[in-house]
Amino acid sequence: MFDLDRWQEIYHVLRKNKLRTFLTAFGVFWGIFMLVIMLGSGKGLEQGITQNFGDMATNSVFIWTQQTTIPYKGFPRGRRYDFDNEDTKAFKHSIPEIKYLAPRIQAGDFRGTNNVIRGLKSGVFNIMGDYPTFNQIDPLNIIQGRFINDNDITEKRKVAVIGTRVVDILFLKDEKPMGQYIQIQGVYFLVVGIFKSKRTGEQANQENMNIYMPFTTLQKTYNYGNAVGFFSITSKDGIPVGVVEEKAIRLLKQRHFVAPDDESAVGHFNLKKEFDKMQGLFLGIGLLVWIVGIGTLLAGVIGVSNIMLVVVKERTKEIGIMRALGATPFRIITQIITESVVLTTFAGYFGLCVGVGLLELINYLLGSTGANTEMFLHPGITFSVAIIALSILIVAGALAGFIPARRAVAIKPIDALRAE
Amino acid sequence: MIQINNIHKSYITGQNSLHVLKGIDLRIEAGEMISIMGASGSGKSTLLNILGILDNYDSGEYILNGLKIKKLSERKAAQLRNKMLGFVFQSFNLVSFKNAMENVALPLYYQDIPRKKRNLIAMEYLDRMGLKEWAHHLPNELSGGQKQRTAIARALISKPKVILADEPTGALDSVTSLEMMDILQEINKTGITMVIVTHEYDIAARTQKTVRITDGLITEIINN
Repeated sequence: MFDLDRWQEIYHVLRKNKLRTFLTAFGVFWGIFMLVIMLGSGKGLEQGITQNFGDMATNSVFIWTQQTTIPYKGFPRGRRYDFDNEDTKAFKHSIPEIKYLAPRIQAGDFRGTNNVIRGLKSGVFNIMGDYPTFNQIDPLNIIQGRFINDNDITEKRKVAVIGTRVVDILFLKDEKPMGQYIQIQGVYFLVVGIFKSKRTGEQANQENMNIYMPFTTLQKTYNYGNAVGFFSITSKDGIPVGVVEEKAIRLLKQRHFVAPDDESAVGHFNLKKEFDKMQGLFLGIGLLVWIVGIGTLLAGVIGVSNIMLVVVKERTKEIGIMRALGATPFRIITQIITESVVLTTFAGYFGLCVGVGLLELINYLLGSTGANTEMFLHPGITFSVAIIALSILIVAGALAGFIPARRAVAIKPIDALRAE
Repeated sequence: MIQINNIHKSYITGQNSLHVLKGIDLRIEAGEMISIMGASGSGKSTLLNILGILDNYDSGEYILNGLKIKKLSERKAAQLRNKMLGFVFQSFNLVSFKNAMENVALPLYYQDIPRKKRNLIAMEYLDRMGLKEWAHHLPNELSGGQKQRTAIARALISKPKVILADEPTGALDSVTSLEMMDILQEINKTGITMVIVTHEYDIAARTQKTVRITDGLITEIINN
């Protein structure tokens, strides 16, 4: 099998017509190169988009109020209403499928007006009143201090967790924000934590501009009574979030005298649905990439098969001599298939390396230039994909050699010898 | 050594059937050296191909060294050719990218003998042909006589029972031809049966027996 004469023969055949060998190899090279690049880019796109979800629990649903559109129980259409703390209790009481429940309220709507002041510095930030559970549903990366805890909620402490952009704007570079006070809409709050968004790009910038304080503190401090802005809910493991979503909306409609068939009175967003859509999209992209990639590869492999046929034809006499001297058909077949496999594997391996190299280069450039990577992150292929691609190559090479090999042994030795 | 009885062979090309061998009976004893003569198209090469298991026959019987040769698998045929028969061709048929030594060693390659060992044996045979100096030359660097001597060494290396030579001197000048016949006679003396197809009388005259074939039939057997 590993006799030098075998490799000498392969080397001779491939060398005899260098341009032809090169062009044939290029077909396979290009096939695997394209496959790797497309797979890697698909992966990059997928990772870029998925990163935008941050570490958000995918089985979560968000519910908020909108205007009613149907008159019901004496109320006119077009009515505005608020969720309240009683809804929170009702959820806990009557929907056991809920895992995390995080009511939230957002303070004011002060677009354009500075609402947070510290000494001579000021800025416009989003002020959120949250429960500790919120960090379970849409986690933040706490880089210093802590997030809001249960004691903050019960004691209505005036504490704030601020984003890195807030820090940049309100503090000097050498200042330590932890333990400092900032004035939020006229009231002083103690900074107990700093976070950094887990998202990328513009979404991360937005989130890093947020300030979180205890839900109860915000309600009381800014006179929201017992109003709740919106609910973030996750379902227990194994229970589809759609079930919780449906139950929660039905309960809310009932409690706030909204017509059961009023579709737009309760706004809601099911992350799971969006996530599934996205997953479906990536599955589709992946499938397409494989189909196109394999197609390109196939074209290359057919090229190899074609060339091997020509080689066999050219070597008819040589094969005749070998058979006269006692080469069995099996030996001829394995010889030709080995040639084909060697050619495809070498070319393909080269294509694989160049493809991976290019992806790494893109990756490096993305990282070092700090380009906006909202849609594209860490392109690359996994080791197992590389192994699969190589296996496909070897099998394809063997198949490509098979038909020419059959042709070679179909020639009778006497005919082969007669050929000039 | 070789016994053929009533061998028939036709070539079918489309609608036409060409009856080449029309019932050949021949007996060649072990250690004999015979020549086959005939006009071109008489069927002498076809006969040699059948003897060499390179081609099959339609009817009759062929017994080689006590073994009936009929409808062998390609694998079996290849093995028999490798072990029992040595071929010498008019056009030498050396493999162009292998040097003289590797060409001689080729039959042993097909017996899966390790490269080192078979090249050593090949050198021995080349030495016997006086080609030791030329062992590492490619065929196109050799003269016609040297090529044919290489081919003979290759035919001998697997220690065959029979050597089949198809116009072995056809591509050589008269001096080299005589030299080649000396070598073949020398080999015959070691006990190897030899069948030579030729159309040259002086070549035929140096064999023990000449078989003349005309239109697919043996017309005459002359003891030289």
